Amino acid sequence: MGMTVAEKILARASGLGTVKAGEVVEPRVDVAMSHENAALVINQFTEVFEGTGLEVKVWDPSKIVIIFDHRVPAESSKTATNQKKIREFVARQAIPNFHDVRGDEGGICHQILPENGYIRPGYVVVGTDSHTTSHGALGAFSFGIGATEMASVWALGRVLNVEVPGTIKVVVNGDFAPGVGPKDLILHLIGTLTAEGANFKVIEFHGDAIRRMSTSGRLVICNMTVEAGATSGIVPADEETVRYLREEAGVSDPVDLVTPDADAVYDQVIEIDAAALAPQIACPHTVDNVKPVDAVAGTRVNQIVIGSCTNGRLDDLETAAAILKGKKVAAGTRMLVFPATWRIYKRAMKAGVLETLVDAGAVIVNPGCGCCLGVHQGALGDGEVALSTTNRNFKGRMGNPNADVYLCSPAVAAASALTGVISDPRKVV
Amino acid sequence: MAKVVFKIGDDVSTDTIYPGRFMATVLPSETPQYAFADFKEFNAKIRNKELPVGSIIIGGKNFGCGSSREQAASCLATPGLVVVARNFARIFLQNSINVGLKTVICPSIEAEEGDELEITPVEVKNVTKGRSHPVVPLPKARQAIVDAGGLIPYTRKLLVQERSA
Repeated sequence: MGMTVAEKILARASGLGTVKAGEVVEPRVDVAMSHENAALVINQFTEVFEGTGLEVKVWDPSKIVIIFDHRVPAESSKTATNQKKIREFVARQAIPNFHDVRGDEGGICHQILPENGYIRPGYVVVGTDSHTTSHGALGAFSFGIGATEMASVWALGRVLNVEVPGTIKVVVNGDFAPGVGPKDLILHLIGTLTAEGANFKVIEFHGDAIRRMSTSGRLVICNMTVEAGATSGIVPADEETVRYLREEAGVSDPVDLVTPDADAVYDQVIEIDAAALAPQIACPHTVDNVKPVDAVAGTRVNQIVIGSCTNGRLDDLETAAAILKGKKVAAGTRMLVFPATWRIYKRAMKAGVLETLVDAGAVIVNPGCGCCLGVHQGALGDGEVALSTTNRNFKGRMGNPNADVYLCSPAVAAASALTGVISDPRKVV
Repeated sequence: MAKVVFKIGDDVSTDTIYPGRFMATVLPSETPQYAFADFKEFNAKIRNKELPVGSIIIGGKNFGCGSSREQAASCLATPGLVVVARNFARIFLQNSINVGLKTVICPSIEAEEGDELEITPVEVKNVTKGRSHPVVPLPKARQAIVDAGGLIPYTRKLLVQERSA
């Protein structure tokens, strides 16, 4: 019986010839990523060693990556102290892969990992962040874990008791209409599956629309698979993956493309016609409350947000700039833009994209997660409405339980910035 | 037997259980003060340590969806609360097992605040309503972590075996 991509990766990482959904395995880990919550991981990791008499040492410093992104620069003395403790730990354990609060190497973890060549097809990647699903965009099996689980990985180098997940195959064919793209696809899929539809499962993407999609777009769809509960999203690696690794990520060593067997067994197959999709909006207060833009067009918006690990890449910023060039953000609406990494920030700066956005009235915020999860910059007032390209709209997500957050693509966000109300980019542009 | 002290619906996210704005607080000894922070009355009961150990929260489906923040599990584990839900989101369930939050998967659970429940390995008896609801047992591999007292002692044992070898 054939294997899915997830089964193949888990079999290899667990030293087994074959595995199938439901089996329990202990895969070795290729990349173990943490951000500021490394403060808690360090606490739990140290506790593992208590009473053992063993030296407190991580299993392999070269496989750990630590990236500051959730609260940068620190918004409080508490965060600053956590970051200080993490820096000291990084130095003590000689962890070479550390991205501090720096313009020359910093940014949001889920963009830092791919663009710096940390991710390869076939890797097992774990991160103390639910959106670690992103890295399946490069053909890895990549999933979010908690801090104590990470402490265990730091100690042992493998994840204990992983049940091999079943896989949902999603086949997307056809061409997106202008103004419609990967974000609309994934919002539509989450609406179809619901918030728990892929719980304990992998979503594996296929079809000609996926094959033609850039790695940037694949990161968008894999990033948000967790909003349907998925353990990991995976796009089987192909020529585009190799191109990205060679041209963007500086990877020169051989790349092993892991593809599913022709007779792999799937729990479910979902087919989507990309050409039939309209721009999609996730309405308050769950990500699976998805409607076509027409259903909520005209809703007054106080704050537009473009950025995050979901939609803060150069193509996202370019899409927004193309819509806003020479025009103005509507009076009474404010617009925040936060590029995913400083590398993207610099490219957007050189290309004049940031200037276009600033001239239109947008405020450029430094790369980071703060605004998306309501911990740092861009909080909403009581009764206010945000329209955001980020990934979650739970009550209180942007720092205020008395506010509404709608989620959308960069094109919808930019078109709506011009009008001050939720708008269909196909009608505005 | 223990009392249901809080009931909440489907798809409760970890942002609801432990809002992002308190995420700089990480230690399990400190997280309970922000548990369900936007539900002032229930939060006050946790904060003031008014709830007996074993007090029960009733959730719907997909309890704990969203962020991987472990604070959402530790803030309920430290005061000794129990969550009975129709099912749980993957990362939250794993975090709960790892940090010792008792979670009970009970797909047909029906209970209201104030009801008295008796939880056994196979069923949840709603004593107040006189009805029983079957429990879905944890997979063996996960039960082993619960039995070890959480993932830290479980990992410690393996670590000692492997690094001493």
